[in-house]
Amino acid sequence: MTVKYEKTKGLTDKPLTYCPGCTHGIVHKLIGESLVELDILDKAIGIASVGCSVFSYQFFNCDGQQAPHGRACAEATGVKRVLPDNIVFTYQGDGDLASIGIAETIHAANRGENITVIFLNNAIYGMTGGQMAPTSLIGQKTTTSQDGRNQADHGNPIKISEMFSTIEGVAYLERVSVHNPKNVIKAKKAIKKAFQYQKENRGFTMIEVLSSCPVNWGMKPVDALKWVESDMIPVYPLGVFKDKGVNDEKN
Amino acid sequence: MAKVLMKGNEAIALAAIKGGVDAFYGYPITPQNEVPEYLSKHLKANGKVFLQAESEVSAINMVYGAAGAGKRVMTSSSSPGIALKQEGISYIAAAELPCVIVSVMRGGPGLGGIQPSQADYYQATRGGGNGDYQLIVYAPESIQETIDIMKESFDIADYYRNPVMVLVDGLIGQMMESVDFDKPVKERFLPEKDWATNGTKNHPGKINVANSLHIDPNNLEKHNIHLQEKYNTIRKNEVRYELVNFDNPDFVIVAYGTMARICRSSIELLEKEGISVGMIRPISLFPYPKEAFTKIPNKVKGLLTCELSHGQMLDDVLIANNGKHKVGFFGRSGGMVPDPEEIVEAIKNFDERVVN
Repeated sequence: MTVKYEKTKGLTDKPLTYCPGCTHGIVHKLIGESLVELDILDKAIGIASVGCSVFSYQFFNCDGQQAPHGRACAEATGVKRVLPDNIVFTYQGDGDLASIGIAETIHAANRGENITVIFLNNAIYGMTGGQMAPTSLIGQKTTTSQDGRNQADHGNPIKISEMFSTIEGVAYLERVSVHNPKNVIKAKKAIKKAFQYQKENRGFTMIEVLSSCPVNWGMKPVDALKWVESDMIPVYPLGVFKDKGVNDEKN
Repeated sequence: MAKVLMKGNEAIALAAIKGGVDAFYGYPITPQNEVPEYLSKHLKANGKVFLQAESEVSAINMVYGAAGAGKRVMTSSSSPGIALKQEGISYIAAAELPCVIVSVMRGGPGLGGIQPSQADYYQATRGGGNGDYQLIVYAPESIQETIDIMKESFDIADYYRNPVMVLVDGLIGQMMESVDFDKPVKERFLPEKDWATNGTKNHPGKINVANSLHIDPNNLEKHNIHLQEKYNTIRKNEVRYELVNFDNPDFVIVAYGTMARICRSSIELLEKEGISVGMIRPISLFPYPKEAFTKIPNKVKGLLTCELSHGQMLDDVLIANNGKHKVGFFGRSGGMVPDPEEIVEAIKNFDERVVN
């Protein structure tokens, strides 16, 4: 009997703590698979952040650290600088990365830290119960923008990949989505490539993953996936924002 | 290495190198800048890590990362900068990661000033971070003592898996003294860091995590009790203090760091006037040397706590004294450093100084 598919050894057997219909689990799987396929699982250190993925250090089958809210890229820097031959990645949501931790993330990128950032953008604060995030869409109703986010009070959704594309130290930056199988395959390719680049000491790599949050969006899981396509992607277009390329000089 | 004339902050940096520091992460702030400046040149030259972070907040979290990875790591800062590091310090203490934090105190509150102060005693011993945690805090009075403590701090931090704070002030940081870097450090058995998050390759079959999250309250309380047991061991083993002129004192001064140095001159002046004054000089602020207070003769007329603040260590003096003697207070702040004569006057007019 041939094994056609099995659970990646990149994840532990710990049951995930995510809500039904949430796409965090898919992204975890893609990271686990990438670490195994690139044969770097045993030298990987994952930095968990604060948010829904606060327990992610329990799910990745490698060493980990749990960072204070927003500080994952600083911790990752601390680890990578003393262990340059290890693989260091952060796993952060949009509240953690795009709000409280934006300074740490920008400066890690600007230094060209040779780390990989997996950035889950679900346009809301999930763990704390559905508050407005800097990534929430105009008109999006949240528990702290009950009439919908408006530009006058809250500004516009912050576009992290667009911002970071201007930073010299970034080696590879792509925005992907996991709302359907075709995009999951693309996301896997991007995540794996980011880790491959880190292996090659190319510098800072970040993959922004558009993710659904059916519970806090108040939608059924399938509707939430549809909303990613209909409402999120027009604001957050998918694609490669920066790629120094396999043939480029390392800088 | 023979004795060398060296500035306090640079001596702190060199002592850290002698103590085996692997990495420094920090952010500029007066009056400690010579620490990172010196290390920026000499750490890199020795193949170690120096990194200027984008903020104190980031620097302390880099310390968390590198400490978690099992390396000897430090940061240094001054009062408002240490304030910004408090979140990370709480996490580091909670995750039981060893590191050394140098705090070169300046006048506060707020942006305050840049002259010497001891107004961060609470910050060091009570912490501004959340939760039941303690730092091991040393407050040396000279550059030589600072060097000796710095060198040993990395061992102590590793031994207890706890952050150590070396608390000095701008005066010690900025002055120059003739110092010796070769004094031997007490040997401690330091177990291998089998908890380090350095990849499962280095510890197959076991996942290491640096973590301070215990969502189940039963587990969190257990963790807290474990920390308290550790702090009690530290209280038992790591108390340091000096008794000065304790033969037959009329009064006893309690002072640490720069203030203790000034008080030494005051004691000499008072001796000439026939007033015998002893001094308890706490070197460890946590654990606080309560036992020193049991050595105060009954006939002593009172204890004068002297600080470059408006009375912070005073709380610990009152606790240690436990109502036995009259306790007075003398303090200057904001970067104002008293002449020895001011303390002489305070002793002579002790009754006006009594707070209990």
